[in-house]
Amino acid sequence: MKDWPLYEVFIRSKNGLNHKHVGSLHAADPQMAIQNARDVYTRRNEGVSIWVVEANHITSSNPDDAEALYDPAMDKIYRHPTFYELPDALKHM
Amino acid sequence: MSTHSLEDRFQSRVDNEEKIEPRDWMPDAYRKTLVRQISQHAHSEIVGMLPEGNWITRAPSLKRKLALLAKIQDEAGHGLYLYSAAETLGVSRDEMLDQLHTGKAKYSSIFNYPTLTWADIGAIGWLVDGAAIMNQVPLCRASYGPYARAMVRVCKEESFHQRQGYDILLTMCQGSEEQKEMVQDAVNRWWWPSLMMFGPNDDASPNSAQSLKWKIKRFSNDELRQKFVDATVPQAEILGIQLPDPLLQYNEARGHYDFGPIDWEEFFQVVAGNGPCNKERLAARVKAHEEGAWVREAATAYAEKQKNKVVSSASVA
Ligand SMILES: [Fe+2]
Ligand SMILES: [Fe+2]
Repeated sequence: MKDWPLYEVFIRSKNGLNHKHVGSLHAADPQMAIQNARDVYTRRNEGVSIWVVEANHITSSNPDDAEALYDPAMDKIYRHPTFYELPDALKHM
Repeated sequence: MSTHSLEDRFQSRVDNEEKIEPRDWMPDAYRKTLVRQISQHAHSEIVGMLPEGNWITRAPSLKRKLALLAKIQDEAGHGLYLYSAAETLGVSRDEMLDQLHTGKAKYSSIFNYPTLTWADIGAIGWLVDGAAIMNQVPLCRASYGPYARAMVRVCKEESFHQRQGYDILLTMCQGSEEQKEMVQDAVNRWWWPSLMMFGPNDDASPNSAQSLKWKIKRFSNDELRQKFVDATVPQAEILGIQLPDPLLQYNEARGHYDFGPIDWEEFFQVVAGNGPCNKERLAARVKAHEEGAWVREAATAYAEKQKNKVVSSASVA
């Protein structure tokens, strides 16, 4: 198994929904990864579509950067509809 | 940041029920504990297929055979989810398999007992999967994200396993006297080893406190064992069989069942490799791995060939 890369598996659970990460597995090639993902992750109708991607092709953000990346959004309350006060007379917007 | 304050920050994240993810800082001992626990758990799922696999070809009906096959296939999946979770901590699949095959790694000692009759398949589903569920449900809230998520998936699949086993016993208990005796015999043999699945008593389990603090564990061994006994006694009554413990009795004051002492000498003997089937189980795993080598090699060769094809057709274009 030394040469078999790790694949991350993404499943679309229902038509119309996004593919979502469900786990990972080793396979010799992408086709085998799909077949194995089908056997392991969709035995009880969990999916209608599978994506696999070699794990080493994924670039991820650094957890140490979390503050710098995500905190600036916290004080931008004007990005949310609740920031805007509307007259009571207005029933729908 | 000093290691000390890193550790404080880590612990306060755990205290706040935040999940720890693979790339987050974690104490070395936390990582080591998880690698050991998750890989042992994975090995148990894989070796756990063997005692039941013994009965696939002799299942009494097609319906039973299909259910048993599906159950065993689930266990293979559980092994895979758990190996994958362990790999996120930096240990490779090969390393783990190697540890199993060389006898360095442990797996749940329950799987070193033989499956002598069809009733054993029922008893395993009912008691062994039942005990596993009791252990596994709290692990769905383990502090390490990949482990917790793997356990959610495992637990979703487990409940059918226990019902499948109970259904076998229920049917046999409604059958002939001989069938009922077979059930009683199987339960007599599986009851005590099932109680041992929760591990040594709390006062003999030195690492438990740390695991509780790290929120890898949520309940102590004895707490889980008690929950299991309390849940199982009424199920035995419905089957109409005796659990093999003369001291088993409801304790009004505690609100729990009291039960007799566990033979820990037997437990440690089996853990040390001297159970009835330790050698057989390990030999079966090694044989399967070795005899599968040519398939893995062929798949690798095929993948290589396909890749080269893509490259050469791309260079033509
Ligand atoms: Fe399992
Ligand atoms: Fe199971």
